[in-house]
Amino acid sequence: MILVIAEQKDGKLNRASLETIAAAQQLQMPIKIAVAGQNVGSVASDLAQYGDVIAVDHASLAHYTPDAFVQALQQVIEQAAPALVLLPHTYQTRDFSPMLATRMDKALVTDVTAVKGSGASASFARPMFQGKLTADVQPQGATPHFVTIQIGAFRADTAAKASAPGAVSNAGITIDESKLRQKPEAPFQEAKQAVDLSQAERIVSVGRGIKSQENIAVAESLAKAFGAELAASRPICDNGWLPMERQIGSSGQTVAPKLYVALGISGAIQHLVGMKGSRTIVAINKDVEAPIFEVADYGVQGDLFELAPAIIAELSK
Amino acid sequence: MKIAVCIKQVPTREWQPRLNDDKTWVRDQDVSYEMNEPDAYALEEALRLREKHGGEVVVCSAGPARVQQVIREALARGADRALHVEDDSLAAADAFTAAEALNQAMAEQQFDLILTGLQSDDQGHAQFGPVLAEKLGIPHSTIIMEVNVDGTTLRVKRELEGGWFQYVTMPLPALLTIQSGINTLRYATLKGIMAAKKKEIAKVAAPAGVASRQKIVSLYAPQKSKQTVMITGSPVEAAKELVRRLREEARVL
Repeated sequence: MILVIAEQKDGKLNRASLETIAAAQQLQMPIKIAVAGQNVGSVASDLAQYGDVIAVDHASLAHYTPDAFVQALQQVIEQAAPALVLLPHTYQTRDFSPMLATRMDKALVTDVTAVKGSGASASFARPMFQGKLTADVQPQGATPHFVTIQIGAFRADTAAKASAPGAVSNAGITIDESKLRQKPEAPFQEAKQAVDLSQAERIVSVGRGIKSQENIAVAESLAKAFGAELAASRPICDNGWLPMERQIGSSGQTVAPKLYVALGISGAIQHLVGMKGSRTIVAINKDVEAPIFEVADYGVQGDLFELAPAIIAELSK
Repeated sequence: MKIAVCIKQVPTREWQPRLNDDKTWVRDQDVSYEMNEPDAYALEEALRLREKHGGEVVVCSAGPARVQQVIREALARGADRALHVEDDSLAAADAFTAAEALNQAMAEQQFDLILTGLQSDDQGHAQFGPVLAEKLGIPHSTIIMEVNVDGTTLRVKRELEGGWFQYVTMPLPALLTIQSGINTLRYATLKGIMAAKKKEIAKVAAPAGVASRQKIVSLYAPQKSKQTVMITGSPVEAAKELVRRLREEARVL
């Protein structure tokens, strides 16, 4: 049996949970779904469309902490005794799943993009070396094995609904509050500016290949010529060359414009998850092996400092 | 405050991987290495905390003899001393194995705070930090963008998805995984490089019999999700062809 740990916040299901259900269904084993938090009843009944659901409801789970989630989920997993535990590779999963797997002394394979084979002998494909290679990995040692599924690798709308809604049961768990060490405060957004890149029709996005802050002007001119918003990959914003609000990727905005031009962006997975839904993707990069070319519709290998002015000139014709 | 920074030596970004004969790992002899970038931010954060609160920064790394390159670099940037768990078998270690390798030696040191990068640029498991914290029995928090220490209490700014953040408080000792961009990196000065030569690197043997939790059955170039049209020619020719295709074929202009 596969146990899928769905993720919710304030009673709203994280859609990556459905992607994880879709991945689990490819493994051709019976599936149960667990969802943890406080007052998760309505999320649990929504999830019952896909199979039997274990609602893990506790006041100590109202605001996420790794200590409370590990305590609760360890009990749920031990009671359900699955062969595999699948989770969406969200920031929350990244925070608690290594601790949970270590406490249970079990294998954890993260950031999986494809499943191969079925059942206990399945292997899991995951990116390595910044996406330059893919590895098929088999978790080792006693089950359950933990596997996290990369956001966007499976389609939520391919998760098949059960012929009849599954049963919702409540997990019988106890949480020792004296062992909860982290005290979380309320989540917040930094002072909000008006940049909503998700509404842009065209985006020119700039990466490490631009080399210096002075050269940002090159990307700016190209964006202007395309009638596009200017955006960036994480390292550009880390360096302060463009404000954080223009960052595309898992820690920034997710966009799907008509046209996405990746200028000097290698295409680390954290960036790809934020833009691979774009309708037409153009990659301009000196390195023909860069992972960005895997998602590109049009690729130009070359020096962006020669190509950008040539494209600007061509667009003005 | 006694601060540890766990650093990893990884292939440089420019490196083009070549597979070994049985296609389960890369050809090590072809690789040039550097410090894992998120770990460099963790080191910088540790140095800033030492400047503010006093104490020492101990750089810890698990790997074959070659990882001394990045240990020396960390010492040159200002770390006080180093702990190197050395074993050739750690060259391709998964996160669980690397954490187990460092566990005993680091437990003995009784660090107040352990920092490391949020993930490595090579295997990218994003597991090592929380795994080590659990083995050491200390609390952790991940993807951290700000670190504040007040006595024995730690208050950190954790990055959530989509531009959201959250402050989390926990007692020391604790482990944090640091996000790239938390600070501005310093580079080694000539004086630092000279001083690093005299700094201590304690070598510790790796524990025996640690079984890997992951087996790579096959390593290969990623399969393309799209048929990419590669546009060739001089910059002027390529620009002309690209714009033509965007106008006439993709109709996005």
